[in-house]
Amino acid sequence: MGAAGVDKWLYPTDRGLYCEPGGFFIDPSRAVDRAIITHGHSDHARSGHGAVLATRETIEIMKVRMGPECAGTLESQALGEKRSLNGVGIKLMPAGHILGAAQVVLEWNGQRAVISGDYKRARDPTCPTFEVVPCDVFVTEATFALPVFRHEPAEQEVARLLASMKRQPERAHLVGAYGLGKTQRVIKLAREAGYDAPIYLHGALVELCALYQRLGVNLGELRPATTEKSGDFEGALVLCPPSAVDDRWSRRFPDPVTAFASGWMRIKGRIRQSGVELPLVISDHADWPELLDTIVETGAEDVWVTHGRDDALVYQLGLMGRKARALSLVGFEDEDE
Amino acid sequence: MQRFANLLDCLTTTPSRNGKLALLVEYFRSAPDPDRGYALAALTDGLFPRLPLRRAISELMTGRIDPVLYQMSRDYVGDTAETVSLLWPDKRATRPSPTLAEVVAALEMVPGNAVAPVLGDFLDRLDVRGRWALLKLIGGAPRVGVSARLARTALAQMSGHDLSEIEEIWHALKPPYAELFAWLEHRALRPDVSGKPIFRPLMLAHPIEEGDWANLSPSDIVAEWKWDGVRVQIAAGGGDVRIFSRSGDDISGSFPEVVAAFQPYDTVVDGELLVARDGIVAPFNDLQQRLNRKTVTAKMLREYPAFVRLYDILIDDGEDVRALSFDARRERLEAWHARHHPRASDVSAIVRFESFAELDALWNGAREAGIEGLMLKRRESPYLSGRPKGHWWKWKRAALTIDCVLMYAQRGSGKRSSYYSDYTFGVWRETAGDDGQIVRELVPVGKAYSGFTDEELLRLDRFIRTHTTEQFGPVRAVEQTMVLEIAFDAVFPSTRHKSGLAMRFPRVHRIRWDKPADEADTLETVQKLVVAPTDSAGDAAGVAAASR
Repeated sequence: MGAAGVDKWLYPTDRGLYCEPGGFFIDPSRAVDRAIITHGHSDHARSGHGAVLATRETIEIMKVRMGPECAGTLESQALGEKRSLNGVGIKLMPAGHILGAAQVVLEWNGQRAVISGDYKRARDPTCPTFEVVPCDVFVTEATFALPVFRHEPAEQEVARLLASMKRQPERAHLVGAYGLGKTQRVIKLAREAGYDAPIYLHGALVELCALYQRLGVNLGELRPATTEKSGDFEGALVLCPPSAVDDRWSRRFPDPVTAFASGWMRIKGRIRQSGVELPLVISDHADWPELLDTIVETGAEDVWVTHGRDDALVYQLGLMGRKARALSLVGFEDEDE
Repeated sequence: MQRFANLLDCLTTTPSRNGKLALLVEYFRSAPDPDRGYALAALTDGLFPRLPLRRAISELMTGRIDPVLYQMSRDYVGDTAETVSLLWPDKRATRPSPTLAEVVAALEMVPGNAVAPVLGDFLDRLDVRGRWALLKLIGGAPRVGVSARLARTALAQMSGHDLSEIEEIWHALKPPYAELFAWLEHRALRPDVSGKPIFRPLMLAHPIEEGDWANLSPSDIVAEWKWDGVRVQIAAGGGDVRIFSRSGDDISGSFPEVVAAFQPYDTVVDGELLVARDGIVAPFNDLQQRLNRKTVTAKMLREYPAFVRLYDILIDDGEDVRALSFDARRERLEAWHARHHPRASDVSAIVRFESFAELDALWNGAREAGIEGLMLKRRESPYLSGRPKGHWWKWKRAALTIDCVLMYAQRGSGKRSSYYSDYTFGVWRETAGDDGQIVRELVPVGKAYSGFTDEELLRLDRFIRTHTTEQFGPVRAVEQTMVLEIAFDAVFPSTRHKSGLAMRFPRVHRIRWDKPADEADTLETVQKLVVAPTDSAGDAAGVAAASR
């Protein structure tokens, strides 16, 4: 069939991407009757929808972050499982972004569209790896869509963190990391690299880490960073939301090494802005080569770009002789903070 | 090269001086010769001659990347060298990364029009940090917050030698400093530098304290005016003249007229570098126009003529006189100057006084005369490097103070990054409004980062967080109710600030929790304290002359 006419049954609206025959939105920016949610980050998963379809993990995350009443009904669908809604085939496939993150595969009228949500191809021990699904239309993010973005292997970045801890055993290491996904990945990678001491958490991270553990991601011994007296944190590894790194909360740690785990840490201007001593290039999102490789592998005839540097990506796809356009969806933040 | 690149990368994000020192020491201890020597050169005097970098980069990028994507990337990153280092493909797995020595040798030989292929080959063999470091080094400034002095301090720390011992021989040595490292590692004797221009660390003074006076008698000490310029040592010999700053940096290049004036001599003198017109000393602001310049235009030489006021003599026509007493050296200095009459120089006047009461009156006059204060020196003292106790004292005039209102606050860096510790303050400007009423508004007059205790910082931080009216990125505007008493050394006219004023060394003197903001000072009051560019300096010279 090809991609022609897909935009008749799947198109952007002021509330987000809408599948007309199915009667549902994907990651809508405002409350709607029926929504499919790709993953639990707050600019994709909002409260107040009538009915929500998502992976079990995403639903658990939504409940922890927004309460059990965050939607009228919450229905889970396993990765790889297929169902039909008003005749539209729906499958959720792993996106490799965070725990529970899924690509939404829609089939209608003999055509297939894949809405990737946010995704990455690099290895992540806290969630299943991205799977390529051949399709006619591929809807992609573009958070890091500039050729300067080539993320370092996260394992190497965590090794740098551990080496810094070894070099300065008297100082606490305070790592700013987004609370959902990034935090747990950093912890898990540190465990894989052999770090087995207790890891300390800012209060805002405790619940989500506990949820990951309940969902089967073993993060080892975690302790709240609130109970100890100062001095007890000598040589400790502490994780906190990025905004807490240089806020009053951090004063309890005497002379800590400050770090920030983000894909933006590849750029010196962003490092200076963050003011941290140890920038760690760890990203939940695909870098430039991953974006281009993925698009080519899906074989999609038409590529729709949701948010991020859509200008550069659409331009590059044009150079590669592919059809691409920016959807200019509203409501997505500067991600990977 | 790769190791040095990693060092530079770490240095850019390490805020504390001690942290930087530890990284430098670790590198110098473990990196091989001659690479560490070239690294040292890169951190101190610069490594490469000027190369046509811009042209080479544009040659290299043409055909490697689409120009539109390059422009988008460059706009996002904001720095050409960094953009290229990020865009460059990673190929290094197949070939070993180059040593710094290899890079230096290759770039020294390469003709200007053949830089691109040589550079491209090196970029192929480095990772992203290596590529960034290489391009920044060729560009001339790897801005990693390490001064030449800090690099030398690391050498002192790694070896256990005194910093002054290193500074003394520094300018006689050349990259890659193999004999220097051999000595630092106790594998060889100190390099022999006889016959070369060397820096002899200066003799420095202590601030005078109340208790010092009891041990002094007017007949034992000599007083001189303390001039507000740059303290220098001029080392001339064999046709070569070097002007060294207090920290041993060679600043000869910025002051060709002084170099020329001392070119015929074989001598080492100590003095104050100033800008002076017809023997009248200009304020420090004028001298600032001449500092840190790579090239000096004829216009600058004409408008800001440099001049040295001599304080002391260390080598008198080839003879080392440092062991002589101050009185004896002073006689030598006057005789030497009378004998040779070098241009662009004079001898600092001795301030005559009979009693400390008289000296006190002279010191009080220093403020009005625009002079920084007085120097007191023991007649018996030899010339001793460093800051020996009980020989020389500086007696700075009292600071000026004004009451200002806190307007903006910004977070500090490093240990202070969670505190609002950088303060912008203002004074009241009064203008007549439409209805003839006087309208008052605050205009910023300066910024201060110091002068308060840790406890006061906590209180200020709390005040700022609870009285914020607006936020602009890292800066907060606060309710205009907090009065800070600001101390400063001088205030100059400035076109850079809205108030038209710029302060020298402003710091928080006291926090006036008690004082209402209405009662803070006005702009008019501050304007009266301004040091005019030449007039009051003329008075200063007048004071000096009158006291001869």
